[in-house]
Amino acid sequence: MIRFILGRLVKAVFILLAILVFNFLLIHAAPGDPAAVMAGEAGAADEKFLADLRIRFGLDQPLYIQLWTYLKGAVMLDLGFSYRQQIPVADLIASRLPATLLLTGVAFVLSLVLGVIAGVAASARQGSWGDTIISTLALLFYATPLFWVALMASLVFSVWLGWLPGFGYSTIGAGYTGLAHVLDVAKHLILPATTLGLFFTAIYMRMTRSSMLEVSRLDFVKTARAKGLKRSVIQRRHILRNALLPVITLAGLQAGQIFGGAILTETVFAWPGIGRLMFEAISQRDYAVILGVFYISGAMVLLFNLITDVVYVIVDPRIRLTK
Amino acid sequence: MKDFWKRFRYNRGAVIGLVILALVIVTAIAAPFLFPQSPWKMVQRPFLPPFTDDALWLGTDALGRDVLSGLAHGAYVSLLVGLVSTIVALAIGVPVGALAGYFVGRTDDILMRFTEFFQTIPSFALAIVLLAIFQPSLTYVIIAIAIVSWPPVARLVRGEVLSLRTREFVEAATLQGLGNTQIILRHVLPNALPSIIVLASLMVAQAILLESSLSFLGLGDPNIMSWGYMIGAARTVIRTAWWLSFLPGMAILLTVLALNLIGEGLNDALNPRLTRKSE
Repeated sequence: MIRFILGRLVKAVFILLAILVFNFLLIHAAPGDPAAVMAGEAGAADEKFLADLRIRFGLDQPLYIQLWTYLKGAVMLDLGFSYRQQIPVADLIASRLPATLLLTGVAFVLSLVLGVIAGVAASARQGSWGDTIISTLALLFYATPLFWVALMASLVFSVWLGWLPGFGYSTIGAGYTGLAHVLDVAKHLILPATTLGLFFTAIYMRMTRSSMLEVSRLDFVKTARAKGLKRSVIQRRHILRNALLPVITLAGLQAGQIFGGAILTETVFAWPGIGRLMFEAISQRDYAVILGVFYISGAMVLLFNLITDVVYVIVDPRIRLTK
Repeated sequence: MKDFWKRFRYNRGAVIGLVILALVIVTAIAAPFLFPQSPWKMVQRPFLPPFTDDALWLGTDALGRDVLSGLAHGAYVSLLVGLVSTIVALAIGVPVGALAGYFVGRTDDILMRFTEFFQTIPSFALAIVLLAIFQPSLTYVIIAIAIVSWPPVARLVRGEVLSLRTREFVEAATLQGLGNTQIILRHVLPNALPSIIVLASLMVAQAILLESSLSFLGLGDPNIMSWGYMIGAARTVIRTAWWLSFLPGMAILLTVLALNLIGEGLNDALNPRLTRKSE
């Protein structure tokens, strides 16, 4: 089992390096002077800053040396300098990362739990009204643009009904501390997390439902029924446990998508995470920040993947026993 | 073909989807004739509510532009981007998957690691990076969407080819002395076609969602009216004119829903054995 996890870790490191090389190539493939690309919109940076960049990244040296300098810096978490915001990109991201981890983490768990519950409920009574309603909802959520749901939810629940705050991370100027602060943040989190989770809830629901139906036709389930086990026990111990495996695999694969969704939800709800940071950087053409967020989001996705791998090992005894 | 249609028709959702999609296609084609004026042109006072002017059914936006005209022209862009980017993604994914599945061993390893890389990195962020660095024109939007959406194609085709390559008809073709290229193109891929078609229909839907998200963030082609752009532009006035965000969103929702429904119908019609198994 440890070897399995270690193998995954090594792979993750290689993917991170590949992202860095990819970033590096992008900077050089972009039209114009790489220094200008890193500094941001051409003309925004002064000559001295550009000259500094050229020296720091050795832009007069051969490409492979430049790549080496770039990789060395990035591994030490030197992600460049945001000329626009006058602060190192790594610091900028570090200050915004917790908010994103909170949002994506809650949305991820929420969608997985809700999706599995809805999927189990739908599969238990296949073809019933409940199944039809759940399946139709999933079909709708699956087709809805994330940013639009976010906008509409903030319109309905924040502007019209006034139930929940529609933007930000906490109430500005309220000065809450302790539990009051936690509750305040939680209140702000409800709309972003649920709208971000809807699309994924739909995916996990559909997957759970079809996976449950497939497993329930297998022979060992028939055996369990023939033994006279209770229906609920068969559902939980025999079917669900096996049906969850593809759902977990899918959830791991979807981790990157959740982060992509966070860029949109954070933009709509002014949630101060790295997704919103990326959106701001797009309009300011702050390439160092855009590439930095891309790199860190890749790292985040790999972390999510590793977690799902561990969960997979726990749920599936076959891996534990063979490796 | 008759069987295909019979099985497709049996799925009610798919027929509804087909009707909706047909409406969207007709709108997209008719847009330049119904609304010959540029959708960017100011035609009335700004914020004209829907159903108040006989000539402008859905009113005007914050700059006095005809909303209905914008929706119609946006339909064309959505379908175009969805279709072309899917074709490009297939052009990347099918060969990669076919080569990996047919030659197995080291070729398979290398190609699949490559695919895995693109599947792991956050695809939406990658599309943003690509469009932020290169200029956001229609061509680049299509390329960016294709680059982030080909990995599932490669995986699917690889799986299909892996299971087909040991079948007797492939062995027979090898014994006949046919080359690898011919075997892949004439004997293996045609058998994988049903699954590819089903996946492609779902990919068009995802591409439309992706395009609208990119335009919403301001990374669409600045000269082209699209649904995502309309929502992005109306975002700041959502308190006073919510319908400006609501209407284009419904257009996206219906189109994507229609494509997903059609995808399920195609699956029923093209992979009948699979369907019965999962029912």
